[in-house]
Amino acid sequence: MLKTTAVQLYEGAFNLFERPMLALQKLFGQSRIAWVFLLPNLLIFGLFTFLPIILNFVFATTGGDRILLGDRPFVGTEHFASLLDCESYFDPNSCHRDLFWRAVGNTGWFVLMQVGFMILFSLITALILNRDIVLRGFFRAVFFYPVLLSPVVVALIWKWILQRNGVLNAGLEGSGMGTVNWLLEADWAFFWVVFVSIWCNMGFYVLILLAGLQSIPSDVYEAAEMDGTPRWRSLLRITLPLLMPTMLVVMVLSVIRAVQAFDEIYVLTGGGPGSATTLLIQYIYDVGFATRPRFYGLAAAASLLMAGVLFVLTMMQLAATRKQSGDN
Amino acid sequence: MKTTLTTTALGLVLVAGSASAQELRFMCYQDGTECAAWEAQMPAFEAENPGITVNVDEVPYATIIESLPVQLEVGEGPDLARVTDYGGLARFMLDVRPYVSDPEAIEARYGQSLAWARVGDNNPDGIYNIVDQLTATGGFANKTLFEQAGVEMPGAGATWAEWAEASREVRDAVGIDFAMAIDRTGHRFAGPAMSYGAQYFDENGDPILVDDGFRSFTEQFVAWHEDGTLARDVWAGAGGGTYQDAAAEFINANLVMYYSGSWQIGRFGRDIGDAFDWVATGGICGPEACTGMPGGAGIVGLKQTEHPEAVGKLMEFMARDDVQAAVLAQTRNIPANSALQEQGIDYQDVSDDVKAALTIFAGSIPTFADSAYALQGYANNRAIYTSTPARITQAIVGELSLDEALTRLDSDIAEAIAQ
Repeated sequence: MLKTTAVQLYEGAFNLFERPMLALQKLFGQSRIAWVFLLPNLLIFGLFTFLPIILNFVFATTGGDRILLGDRPFVGTEHFASLLDCESYFDPNSCHRDLFWRAVGNTGWFVLMQVGFMILFSLITALILNRDIVLRGFFRAVFFYPVLLSPVVVALIWKWILQRNGVLNAGLEGSGMGTVNWLLEADWAFFWVVFVSIWCNMGFYVLILLAGLQSIPSDVYEAAEMDGTPRWRSLLRITLPLLMPTMLVVMVLSVIRAVQAFDEIYVLTGGGPGSATTLLIQYIYDVGFATRPRFYGLAAAASLLMAGVLFVLTMMQLAATRKQSGDN
Repeated sequence: MKTTLTTTALGLVLVAGSASAQELRFMCYQDGTECAAWEAQMPAFEAENPGITVNVDEVPYATIIESLPVQLEVGEGPDLARVTDYGGLARFMLDVRPYVSDPEAIEARYGQSLAWARVGDNNPDGIYNIVDQLTATGGFANKTLFEQAGVEMPGAGATWAEWAEASREVRDAVGIDFAMAIDRTGHRFAGPAMSYGAQYFDENGDPILVDDGFRSFTEQFVAWHEDGTLARDVWAGAGGGTYQDAAAEFINANLVMYYSGSWQIGRFGRDIGDAFDWVATGGICGPEACTGMPGGAGIVGLKQTEHPEAVGKLMEFMARDDVQAAVLAQTRNIPANSALQEQGIDYQDVSDDVKAALTIFAGSIPTFADSAYALQGYANNRAIYTSTPARITQAIVGELSLDEALTRLDSDIAEAIAQ
């Protein structure tokens, strides 16, 4: 009965749209009808994605502190040259824009640490949650919960935990251990920035990996078990290879998100102490909006350089994905 | 026919109404209760000026500093705003002199602070700003902690070194976290730096930053961070030019001496209450001077307004002695209006601590160095205020040596001014 009603509804909807669709097809022709459907989305993309990219190029090649393009003199590649002016790219102090290169270095380390450890911990967590353990549903919810929180809320919670008189130091003091100014020592501050970022994002990747694990057919494991294959060997020879496409997706997403990290770090440390936790996005925000005068052109040039690096990384990962698909 | 006439009449009424109704948007930030105090005055203004309504939009200070200039740059934004960055916003400000009935009265009362907005291409005799909160940087000390520690509090005219010594003694005796703290901004840094001999400007009025006096105080400042005299959490606890204060630590009696400014008085009076006794320190001296920095928040009209005459009327209303007195009595700020400075403000329901602090801060303003006034009126002062904490913090945390930090600071400022 229910099925019949659903079919009737579907047919009703189909009939409702059939005539206008046929009319559209007749008007534009079959080869062009696809563009009609793509047009609304293309307009939105054009307005909110492509146009800002073009504007960014224009800002990057013009100078001054004015925002209206007509008031900005053309300076060509001056901003790019100033950002890339370094005696040694491994020594920020030798660079004209030392803070930019500190941010580049910090971002590089952050991406390496955050993505590396997050994928590792996400994988371990997903493997455990994929097993038939007690309270599995509860633990899946617990690991996903931080993803639902706003990054600002996450940062404030951890700030209360890590500050001088915070929960962590109170606990250490209570157990007779010494306290540490977690957010005032450069190395500790960086560690906690990576940790908090992993904590609040891991649940999302655990979910993706869990879906990947559940898509592996169980008969492959049953066959391995009948052959007496040890569990670690099943993990290395069955689980990881079959999970690799999902892992690549996770890697692409997590690298892009790590390079774009800003809000939780800005609230947690403000980029400090000094510039120890200043990442590229904060540098762009600082020079473009937080300092006087506003160096819009420099900020635009820095964001284009970052976009270039992201583009190369994404292409490399896509190439790896294609190779993987080809191998399979 | 009757229907047509009625419709036409209604249409005319609506058109006439919309033409005469003038709605002004006033973007306001507050340190204490400034926006609420101004909002309370608006019914009186609207009653005197039928057809003009004023909406007071309270926003965080960061919005005034970061979003307002961008809005104004593209021709958007409010009709008036309460700001502190007169130099940076000068080109967006409306000269209301043509729209006020008695410009001379305003000139006579606000002459000194009117000069802060007469920079760049603005008219040298224009009326751009009505300062409703004159401020002075200066120190606050927790008197109760001094008494508990049995340490004598340094008196008027004491030096930074004496305050540092006494504050450390108190901190160690009572077992709290911090001896001294200075807000994380180049504005607060400037007063002590000038007291150590920093000039900020050469004989021609051109800006210089790192001279012997500036270097001397910076060395002392970094050393006080290394030995724990100054709270590391304030300057090292952030990056870039981010502003950070230590008011919460002072309110929680976890800080002996706090260098901030008169705008904190109202907050301390309200939040500390009778939890402990506190005093304003008055001017703190260095080897060369005993100066702080003047400053102030004020209301400015903005050029892109569609109702310049209404803005002029509102600013003239805000400048009036009786209106300013009523607002200041509530906000507990120091008047910029010279008539009210002479006459005095009847601050409502204030404790003895607050009254004494207001007197001390108000008394310190005329004693500030000329270079302090010059820096306050300098169009690019915001570049100095944001670059100073960014670079000096790098020296504090060891990312740069002191020499490297000062060299970078000099080049940052030079580049900002060239821009």
